[in-house]
Amino acid sequence: MKLHEADAKMLLVAQGLPVPPWAVARTPEEAGEAAAKFMAEGTRRVVVKAQVLVGGRGKAGGVKLAGTPAEAEEVAGRILGMDIKGSLVRKVLVGPAAMIVREYYLGAILDRASRRIVMMASAEGGVEIEEVARVTPAAIHRVAAHPFLGLHDYQARELAFAVGLGGPHLREFVRIARGLIALMAANDADLVEVNPLAVVREPGPEGHVERLACLDAKITLDDSALPRHPELERLRDLDEEDPADAEARHYDISFIHLDGTIGCMVNGAGLAMTTMDLVKQAGGEPANFLDIGGGAKADRVAAAMRLILGDPKVEAILVNIFGGITRGDEVARGLIEARNRQERDVPMVVRIVGTNAAEAARLLHEASFETAATLDEAAGKAVAAARRAAGGAR
Amino acid sequence: MSILIGRDTRLVVQGITGREGEFHARQMLEYGTRIVAGVTPGKGGLHALDNRVPVFDTMVEAVRETGANTSCIFVPAAAAPDAVLEAVGAGIGTVFCITEGIPALDMLPVVELVRQAGSRLVGPNCPGATSPGRAKVGIIPGSIHREGSVGVVSRSGTLTYEAVQAMTDAGIGQSTCIGIGGDPIVGTAFLDVLQLFAADPETEAIVLIGEIGGGAEEEAAAWAADHLRGVPLAAFVAGRTAPEGRRMGHAGAIISGGRGTAAEKVAALEAAGFRVASSPTELPALLRTAGYRG
Repeated sequence: MKLHEADAKMLLVAQGLPVPPWAVARTPEEAGEAAAKFMAEGTRRVVVKAQVLVGGRGKAGGVKLAGTPAEAEEVAGRILGMDIKGSLVRKVLVGPAAMIVREYYLGAILDRASRRIVMMASAEGGVEIEEVARVTPAAIHRVAAHPFLGLHDYQARELAFAVGLGGPHLREFVRIARGLIALMAANDADLVEVNPLAVVREPGPEGHVERLACLDAKITLDDSALPRHPELERLRDLDEEDPADAEARHYDISFIHLDGTIGCMVNGAGLAMTTMDLVKQAGGEPANFLDIGGGAKADRVAAAMRLILGDPKVEAILVNIFGGITRGDEVARGLIEARNRQERDVPMVVRIVGTNAAEAARLLHEASFETAATLDEAAGKAVAAARRAAGGAR
Repeated sequence: MSILIGRDTRLVVQGITGREGEFHARQMLEYGTRIVAGVTPGKGGLHALDNRVPVFDTMVEAVRETGANTSCIFVPAAAAPDAVLEAVGAGIGTVFCITEGIPALDMLPVVELVRQAGSRLVGPNCPGATSPGRAKVGIIPGSIHREGSVGVVSRSGTLTYEAVQAMTDAGIGQSTCIGIGGDPIVGTAFLDVLQLFAADPETEAIVLIGEIGGGAEEEAAAWAADHLRGVPLAAFVAGRTAPEGRRMGHAGAIISGGRGTAAEKVAALEAAGFRVASSPTELPALLRTAGYRG
């Protein structure tokens, strides 16, 4: 699960890390009020940032500066309601604009190959790290945290010296690096990025001082661990979620909505992806990824059918079940029941093999379902059925 | 011979009195796997599976009393990391963890401890392994197999069944078929299994079934290019149509930052000499094209 910047910053603050203050606004007026408050405290300019879960906000025009509360209200009005890569902007973050001396990148990911948390730092901050990795891979420095002991201070120091933060900011850098690793452990995050981590100039009683600040934050959480973090589950942005996703979660179905016309119902993630691939190969476009999971019974099959038919673009459904734990006859019964109740008549091609496949075949035959023996045949038939349905509608 | 499991496997099932554990233990027993013990804390002294398998409270006891050398874990996600450590602590050499949904960070210290103990963990979130005609550990349906000499390794469950069934239907048998699991952090990677197959005199050809996410297929391909010349190799990669940034069911199946795509994996495998199928049903024919005569 991805977190919004504001929620991610809250987790940084919980680790005692330096994050400038911010406010979240859902209307231009709220943004103006937040700007007025920061300006009353001495801020000259504020930054207004779109809160969406996709990257590239800046390039899309979702990050703007404002010099007065009225201007903040005006830019927030322009950003709210924007479509950034398919995500509607429903809220903005407002905060004092930092005087940035220099930007860095600091992040940590769960690295599959080394089976470690790997921390990365770069002096090329403020730009997409994927881009840095592609163009100048040597500019990214890495250390692996110990699986029992975490990140050692000396490892954090190595990173600091490598990116040129070995001077007055060394101790603070080490504290931030360790804080990010602690944050991952505390929240079961599989990625945390501070980009930019910046040296900022701030007015002090004896003139300006420079210090490190986390100006942006990106965190993704391990979905498998969310059951033990109910407080983080509450941060899920239901607005940015397809309503079908919530129903799928409720029934323990893995469901991802796509753009095509062929609805897919499959048991097992790898087989579900393969079924989509074969639909594409047969000349169709999959409408979804759907894994009904192991041991699915009639009610889960019915829920899966509702999810698929909830998409008006679906013109045919392909059911592909390789029974292991899942019993083919249970799925067949679920399909028959679901079809009797469904409001929209969509052609369906069913292929069930494995456990209790013979009984499934008998049930499907009696109920006059179109069936297929192999996966390739099923994909071909489903694509043909969708074409007929589309042709008939025209 | 076969890899990881075979006629000398003496299996202990952790969580044997649970619904899943009991169901699959029964299937394994019927397949001919030697199940010597079950472990469920608090149920020691009972006998499971119609009195055929003694149940112990602890793994140490189970190993001491029965000489178990392999374990299969069916306990819930919250208890599974501890179950792996208990198995390894009791001296089990090969641990299969079927459990799905274990938080990834929980597995980091576990895989490291398993490595330091010199044991092998397969999974978690894996279907297990079958050495046809010898033993089956996990949840792969026994009926899809045929004895033979093709080694199969996969990150998936039902997709593996699909591929293995296609091979069996075409008369191509398997030496060992192993599912390494769909999680981002697993104990055994493709590369480890390729090395085991390479050292197994009875495995004459290899089928690798990958999917989007991570770089384990590429890592295995790089090794195969140097070490498996002359061995008939075939592969399939699921997820050519998967969108970026979405977790496709398996926790580990996600394209992130443009990396981990099916296209990259197919290219790496082809460069290493694998014939890459566009459907799992093509695998038998591709094995033949690659020179497999078994």
